[in-house]
Amino acid sequence: MTALLEVEDLRVAYGKIEAVKGISFKVEAGQVVTLIGTNGAGKTTTLRTLSGLLKPVGGQIRFNGRSLKKIPAHEVVSLGLAHSPEGRHIFPRMSIEDNLRLGAFLRNDKPGIEKDIQRAYDLFPILGERRKQAAGTLSGGEQQMLAMGRALMSQPKLLMLDEPSMGLSPIMMQKIMATIAELKAQGTTILLVEQNAQAALSLADQGHVMEVGNIVLSGTGQDLLHDESVRKAYLGED
Amino acid sequence: MNELPQQLVNGLLLGSMYGLVAIGYTMVYGIVQLINFAHGEIFMTGAFGALTVYAYILPDGTSMWVALPLMLIGAVLVAVLVAVGAERFAYRPLRTAPRLAPLITAIGLSLALQQAVWAWYPEAKSARTFPQINGGPFHLGSVTIQTGDVFLIIAAPISMAVLAYFVMKTRTGRGMQATAQDPDTAKLMGIDTDRIIVVAFALGAAFAAIGGVAYGLKYGQIDFRMGFILGLKAFTAAVLGGIGNIYGAMIGGVVLGVAETLATAYIADIPGMDKFGSQSWADVWAFVLLILVLLFRPQGLLGERVADRA
Repeated sequence: MTALLEVEDLRVAYGKIEAVKGISFKVEAGQVVTLIGTNGAGKTTTLRTLSGLLKPVGGQIRFNGRSLKKIPAHEVVSLGLAHSPEGRHIFPRMSIEDNLRLGAFLRNDKPGIEKDIQRAYDLFPILGERRKQAAGTLSGGEQQMLAMGRALMSQPKLLMLDEPSMGLSPIMMQKIMATIAELKAQGTTILLVEQNAQAALSLADQGHVMEVGNIVLSGTGQDLLHDESVRKAYLGED
Repeated sequence: MNELPQQLVNGLLLGSMYGLVAIGYTMVYGIVQLINFAHGEIFMTGAFGALTVYAYILPDGTSMWVALPLMLIGAVLVAVLVAVGAERFAYRPLRTAPRLAPLITAIGLSLALQQAVWAWYPEAKSARTFPQINGGPFHLGSVTIQTGDVFLIIAAPISMAVLAYFVMKTRTGRGMQATAQDPDTAKLMGIDTDRIIVVAFALGAAFAAIGGVAYGLKYGQIDFRMGFILGLKAFTAAVLGGIGNIYGAMIGGVVLGVAETLATAYIADIPGMDKFGSQSWADVWAFVLLILVLLFRPQGLLGERVADRA
């Protein structure tokens, strides 16, 4: 069986500066795969390229057997690849419910959409309580929940989460990570980008460590969690 | 001297016309942050589109009741074509260029469109007579409404209602709101933002064309320069109402129209101000209002808060 997502020798540049310098990795259906690394390692650039917001200068992206290289961003989501972007980027002047509905923009199955909205509210009860409230008035953690709920509304085959714990309080971070674990248990395939390496690796089946545009180390989540160099560089141990 | 109710009605009518044109400025700005300075000329080409239908396509002496709907279609068709063409060939190639480039392009396009009509439209080197609706005027108590303005009274609220329905209720309208708030994330939702931008230009042009027909019916003549001052006024209305907000455009238009009309009518009554009440001062008062709003409420009357565009 081929992997759901296959990235091969992917290179992305901003002008002359290469931000991603030829990385390869796979995501199998049902897996949680994480990319960890410091700021500027190229993690967000990688996700933005996968969802079509950036165009690669080289390499291959195959998703569900199809090349994504020529597909414009607004069509990628219809293939089953949803992206919850870094910094959450909810639509601030729309209500929570309208944000969720935008996540289902391309869907036409009205009953299915209503069911999935309810599912998002079950996953994040606080969103259900405030469904009419403008999304811009939510706290950071609540906005993160909304961004994840919105991404799920497209019924993705692969959910990409970019820095879901960024800027959150420790309690809120735990809550978000617990939700990701719950999604994983439900069988959702997830590509997770995180700076919080400890939390991400604990959840992940596979992990890749990125440094200045390259993958420098790969392994199972547990292997990386116990790798000495990872522990030194990313888990704050000496 | 005219009574206050009459002045208010005059201002309301003038303001609705500003509002119809202001919608185009505000929609395009809301989505691509471009001040389309050629929008006044799109309004002008719309008026000429209507004139073309009446003068060159319909047989002589066609009743206005038959002609007007066809003229409207002609106006909208021409204006939308010009606007969509401008977007495709002038603005889209500059989408990622520094902000100044599309702005200067817009000013250039505005001059080019004026000169094109001047040079190539038959007898357009001076003003052309616009067909009028016979009958009227109508009297409502002390208020007189000119026949040409009846069109505006009907068209402006219908246009606004159609626009509000479109933006709030249709899928494309919701896609438009999302694109205005966060274009990249809109793409992640599956929204074809290039298409949304075209729709914004086209819709704005359609309302400007309706405004162009209203102008012709109101003043009885149109010329290649008519879009310049009216475009500036409509832009002022858009800023006044809060640029990016479609309801603000209409409200800004009405406030501007009423303020301008009242200033022209009554400012001469203030002791020492007797020189400042003539029609030629109307534009001055309109832009004084703009300056005041920019000083004290820069986001406009219904302005979008800028801070939440994080």
